[in-house]
Amino acid sequence: MIKTIIHFLVFPGFLFLSVAGGFVSWFDRKITARVHFRKGPPLLQPFYDFIKLLAKETLIPKNSSPGLFLLAPVISFTATILAGILIILPAFGIESGFQGDLIVIIYLLMIPAISLIFGALASGNPLSSLGASREIKLLISYELPFLLTLLALVIRTDMSIKIQEIISEQKLFGPFIGSFSGALGFIVMMMCVQAKLALVPFDLAEAETEIVAGAYTEYSGTPLALFKITRYMLFFIMPSFVVILFLGGFDFKGWNIILSIGKVLLIALLITLVRNTNPRVKIKAAMKFFLVWMNLFAILSVILAVLKY
Amino acid sequence: MGIKEYCFKKSLWVFHIAASPCNNCDIEILDCLTPRYDIERFGMLLTGSIKHADVLLVTGMVNKKAKKRVKELYDQVPKPCVVVAVGTCPSSGILFKESYNFAGPLDKVIPVDVYIPGCPPKPEAIIAGIVKFLNKK
Ligand code: SF4
Repeated sequence: MIKTIIHFLVFPGFLFLSVAGGFVSWFDRKITARVHFRKGPPLLQPFYDFIKLLAKETLIPKNSSPGLFLLAPVISFTATILAGILIILPAFGIESGFQGDLIVIIYLLMIPAISLIFGALASGNPLSSLGASREIKLLISYELPFLLTLLALVIRTDMSIKIQEIISEQKLFGPFIGSFSGALGFIVMMMCVQAKLALVPFDLAEAETEIVAGAYTEYSGTPLALFKITRYMLFFIMPSFVVILFLGGFDFKGWNIILSIGKVLLIALLITLVRNTNPRVKIKAAMKFFLVWMNLFAILSVILAVLKY
Repeated sequence: MGIKEYCFKKSLWVFHIAASPCNNCDIEILDCLTPRYDIERFGMLLTGSIKHADVLLVTGMVNKKAKKRVKELYDQVPKPCVVVAVGTCPSSGILFKESYNFAGPLDKVIPVDVYIPGCPPKPEAIIAGIVKFLNKK
């Protein structure tokens, strides 16, 4: 019981995830600034933002349904922590102990997007509902290629749906990215991660320059802080998920620690560079991109995985 | 100084209200975001939503139509917030003060914390004004 609570609150739960996530999102902002030839924010910036938002007033719009409006950030926050625990525990070699945690992770990773949709629709703001409608369309389009790439990995590991077995398979036969099906899957996965993190070119749900702040428009104070910290945590969880699935997971013996941290930062760097060198696409183009091209790549990767390439 | 105020000062999100300016001040504000001045060094960001704002940057003489909107926007900001009057227009009205639709300088409409004079003020002056205010409190 005590162990579960510590897992939830300290390591690898809330505290660890938010510190690591804050660091990765600072890294993202700093790299963005360097790409623009700017200096960028100080290291503790995500922490300052979070505390400031906690200290601000929380406004509830008149036309909203307050219950759902305030519940949505809490749900997305909790689901993200749970997903983080299930992903990070096996990565550190701690037995999380049940078959099929991959399936649970898939569901938990979907919840932040869904609760954002609920919150936006509950806020009663037309721009928020526009953001929500875009988020729904994006969710429909990127979920299928995401699942197909995972399917390819599951086929490679002899139909095992346990994260720990995916990691040990890679420890034995080398990381999946070294094979054809793995490399294809990696490309698709990176695009899906970009969309899951709601970054340019797929940041349609909160496109600041066209629909104010989209789904987040009406949020202020503590609920916004919860959404912010969810974003920070996802910014750490998604790159580590990619590392676990494609780059052979983590290793904590001696100098390998630096290699493991480097892997996560490398994936974060790739995401940041994609976000800084691309314009925002229209929703129609985004759907076409995922439903046609990414699905094609993902299906190819599944076929290659069946053929054991 | 508590941790709350410290974090507030370190992470100011700016909302820009154009209350009928001549547009020159707005361009100077945009200059602050460019690589040369880069106000993200101080943790400042430009936000689109009034509900996320900590600082209201108001430019321009407030005319009769803008007055109502400025008041409304001020009511919508989650407190605590800082109001900054950029340019001589919102502080006094300068050459527009005889105009038929001049609705009083900004501090007759909402309480103002910082005045940054200049027509338009240089980006250095805008940054210096806000930094001075932050060091004062
Ligand atoms: S202060 Fe001068 S530059 Fe600024 S809006 Fe007024 S007239 Fe234009």
